[in-house]
Amino acid sequence: MTGRLAKILSSLVAVFWIAGCSSYYEIPIETPIKPKLDVSAFQRVLVAGFIAGGTDDVDGNLETTRLLRSQLRTKSDLRVIDADVLPLMEAAAEDKAAPAEPVIANASTKDVKEPAIKDDKDLEQYEHLFADVNYWKKIGEEYQNPLIVTGTVMFTPSSRSGFVQREQEVFTATGQRRVVPVRTYQERKGYRLKPKFIFIDGRTGTTLHSETFTEEVLYNANQATPALSSYFELMDRLLPSFLNTLSSQKIKGTRVLLQ
Amino acid sequence: MRLHLVLVAFLLGATAAPMAADSRGDAKKQVEFGVNVAQRGLWREAIYRWERAVQIDPTYAAAQNNLAIAYEHEGDLEKARAAYEKALALDPNNAFIKQNYELFKEINDRSTRKDTQ
Repeated sequence: MTGRLAKILSSLVAVFWIAGCSSYYEIPIETPIKPKLDVSAFQRVLVAGFIAGGTDDVDGNLETTRLLRSQLRTKSDLRVIDADVLPLMEAAAEDKAAPAEPVIANASTKDVKEPAIKDDKDLEQYEHLFADVNYWKKIGEEYQNPLIVTGTVMFTPSSRSGFVQREQEVFTATGQRRVVPVRTYQERKGYRLKPKFIFIDGRTGTTLHSETFTEEVLYNANQATPALSSYFELMDRLLPSFLNTLSSQKIKGTRVLLQ
Repeated sequence: MRLHLVLVAFLLGATAAPMAADSRGDAKKQVEFGVNVAQRGLWREAIYRWERAVQIDPTYAAAQNNLAIAYEHEGDLEKARAAYEKALALDPNNAFIKQNYELFKEINDRSTRKDTQ
């Protein structure tokens, strides 16, 4: 009798415990994120251009400048200055600390001097320009003291082989469909994007803030994905963080409320 | 004398359990109400309810979890982190709280990262 009572009690406890645990509610939330930088002193922003390197398939300087200008136009309160992209490579080369002559790639086939920035080490040689307060102050004066956005962009091909997990459809002996995870060895190719955004005070020429991002996308080696499409895919991932530097953003998500 | 002590201990134990159950019951009512209003978008009222719930029963992990979510929704990330950490300390194996906290950290890290200033 006591054993039976204990069994009933324990099953009741289990039922209540499960009922207690199952009281959860998924709820959408929007997290407001304050801007990282106080830009209240500026009415205008100049996306000056970037020192870009990596693959020749995408012009990292022009594409990044265009994309950031269009994003800032719609998603920030600052007025975006329409201006030609600054020749930052030349400016860096002219600077005393820069290499005397930019490295020339494919000089025999191209008329213009094209510095070959293939990796981060090549890029380092030009980065001193961002610390040149006089240069940026001069640019600031020219455009009536805006907030200046500049930096570096490395967009390089990348490849990696290894095991990847994918889902495979299988049918059991009774004809039931099941989806099972399968690990297969795969050669993958894609791109790596490493931009460094530098925010400069156009009134003083000093750097207010800088931020580096690294994003990578890999596809099956047989898949031919255009470099430009990969570039936009990767930029799309980090744009919210870039925009959050200048303006408040709301990040949508879901959480689980409990009882 | 020994019997007397045993009796006192028994009475204390017998009254403490219902008292704890009562405070959890009261806190649960506040949490339920909070969930209800949060689902209708009334987050400030939900915060009030869940703050009441953790005052009544500071060991109520679900209330701390919900409070963390509400703070996150209001953009008070410092308070949200503290509440998530309390919730996890109270119920370290709760998969829902862990998941909520991981998602929160992702946003919080993104909003605070920088190289120089």
